[in-house]
Amino acid sequence: MDTALLEEQFEARIAADDRIEPRDFMPEAYRKTLIRQISQHAHSEIVGMLPEGNWITRAPSLRRKVALLAKVQDEAGHGLYLYSACETLGIDRSELLDQLHSGKAKYSSIFNYPTLTWADMGAVGWLVDGAAIMNQVPLCRCSYGPYARAMVRVCKEESFHQRQGFELLLTLSRGTEAQKAMAQDAINRWWWPALMMFGPTDENSPNTARSMRWKIKRFTNDELRQKMVDVCAEQVKALGMTLPDPDIKWNEERGHYDFGAINWDEFYNVIKGNGPCNKERLDARNKAHDEGAWVREAAAAYAAKQAAREAQSAEAA
Amino acid sequence: MADITRNEALLQYCLHRGDSNLILGQRISAWCGHGPVLEQDIALTNVALDLVGQARSYYQHAAELEGKGRTEDDFAYLRNENEYLNPLLCELENGDWGKTIMRQFLYDAYHLVLLQSLRSSTDEHLAAIATKSLKEVSYHRRYSSEWVIRLGDGTPESHRRMQVALDDTWRYTGELLTSAPVDENAFAFQLAPKPESLAKEYLGFVEGVLAKAQLTIPEIAPTAMQQGGKKGTHTERMGYLLAEMQHLQRVHPGATW
Ligand SMILES: [Fe+2]
Ligand SMILES: [Fe+2]
Ligand SMILES: [Fe+2]
Repeated sequence: MDTALLEEQFEARIAADDRIEPRDFMPEAYRKTLIRQISQHAHSEIVGMLPEGNWITRAPSLRRKVALLAKVQDEAGHGLYLYSACETLGIDRSELLDQLHSGKAKYSSIFNYPTLTWADMGAVGWLVDGAAIMNQVPLCRCSYGPYARAMVRVCKEESFHQRQGFELLLTLSRGTEAQKAMAQDAINRWWWPALMMFGPTDENSPNTARSMRWKIKRFTNDELRQKMVDVCAEQVKALGMTLPDPDIKWNEERGHYDFGAINWDEFYNVIKGNGPCNKERLDARNKAHDEGAWVREAAAAYAAKQAAREAQSAEAA
Repeated sequence: MADITRNEALLQYCLHRGDSNLILGQRISAWCGHGPVLEQDIALTNVALDLVGQARSYYQHAAELEGKGRTEDDFAYLRNENEYLNPLLCELENGDWGKTIMRQFLYDAYHLVLLQSLRSSTDEHLAAIATKSLKEVSYHRRYSSEWVIRLGDGTPESHRRMQVALDDTWRYTGELLTSAPVDENAFAFQLAPKPESLAKEYLGFVEGVLAKAQLTIPEIAPTAMQQGGKKGTHTERMGYLLAEMQHLQRVHPGATW
């Protein structure tokens, strides 16, 4: 069958809301778009372990310590599912990791910000996991089967993380003056970077239209960002805190909250590698990978020896 | 001995068990996000989660026994170094992955035989914690044993690293098998076994795994075995560990988290 016909059938399946599976025909551009998106997502989960991992050994109660450890471990699990989903598109995890370690691959720029106080564990859960859910719930209906299925599992856990983060902030908001100040400061630092997590404005997001046609994406960046603002502007009231944006105001006519201008220079600067923690995050990933090389090599060597021993004893028998 | 009540002996013993698990759990939790490969990052974090979870059970029991309104967090965050009763082995630095695994293995092997015996403690609550923990710790021991063998019998480099890890760590195993006052008092009330009674089974298992891993137990004088943790005399590392772990609780006295 010629490619033109296959592509026509592919587009028809997409239009009919069919799920595309690994063995099905897919246009090269579709495959590439998915590899880029899923691997960026996987890298984000893994790099995302670092800012929160920063507080595991200092968690202020045993209950919080266990919850944070379990949360960061969940992110590792998300990374694992996503690398597996990506591998169904015909690329190895090791190659994807090389792209991350060399700095060629991108990950969510939010993780290039530092976690400076314990309250950041709350703000990250509420805002960062919160934004992740907004982004990811529609991906549960993504046209590519393995990605959609991975997202179903991931989203369940992310919404638990989000509630846990909010509850952490709520506890601080009812605490001492120092705890309240800590919580407000964390919200102030994480709010704008969290809004940037939805990506550039629609007019500066050239691939959105195609991704939407292929049903990889279901909403535009700006639509999702607006949804986030609408939800958080309400939730922040329960905390008795404020969002660091004087322009946030309910707009009766639009049925949405208006909000202030995003500092896109900052966004592009962080993407370029110049954020506060880009270097630390990449260095930490490289260090873990490099220092783990002897372990991975030993495990492979041992497995090979075991296989040889088993073959030998089978021969002898 | 026995100029201490059963309740006091039990309380001290629960703190000793809680401290051992918490301090080792604290150490290995620092690997989360930095493991050599994603699957092992997840696996070691599971062990950390189990150990901290078990520590909470012991501290909660201790809080009840004491009856003075202290909580699990008061025990974990507001005691000083010399009140901690963990063996020194638990507080050693992580080092490389090999050293972490070796320390874990030497602890897990002891932990398992101890729990088997603690199941018949005359304190039902302690026995119940032991029974519940046993399932988790059997998994810990299997996991660390497999990795000791894999790395000991892997490449020349991994073999070398594991032998160094064993040489560095072995001198902290004597304390596990030697009675300190906390053990003697618990034994007097049949709350816990004498550690010496676990030595044969412990050493039998450990030697078996190390032989499979092609590692050699270093020959050291019995007096080179380091101890003191179970009496509250720790290594220099312990202060730093607690400073990090307790920092927020100390800076914000009385706050709720
Ligand atoms: Fe995640
Ligand atoms: Fe995510
Ligand atoms: Fe999450």
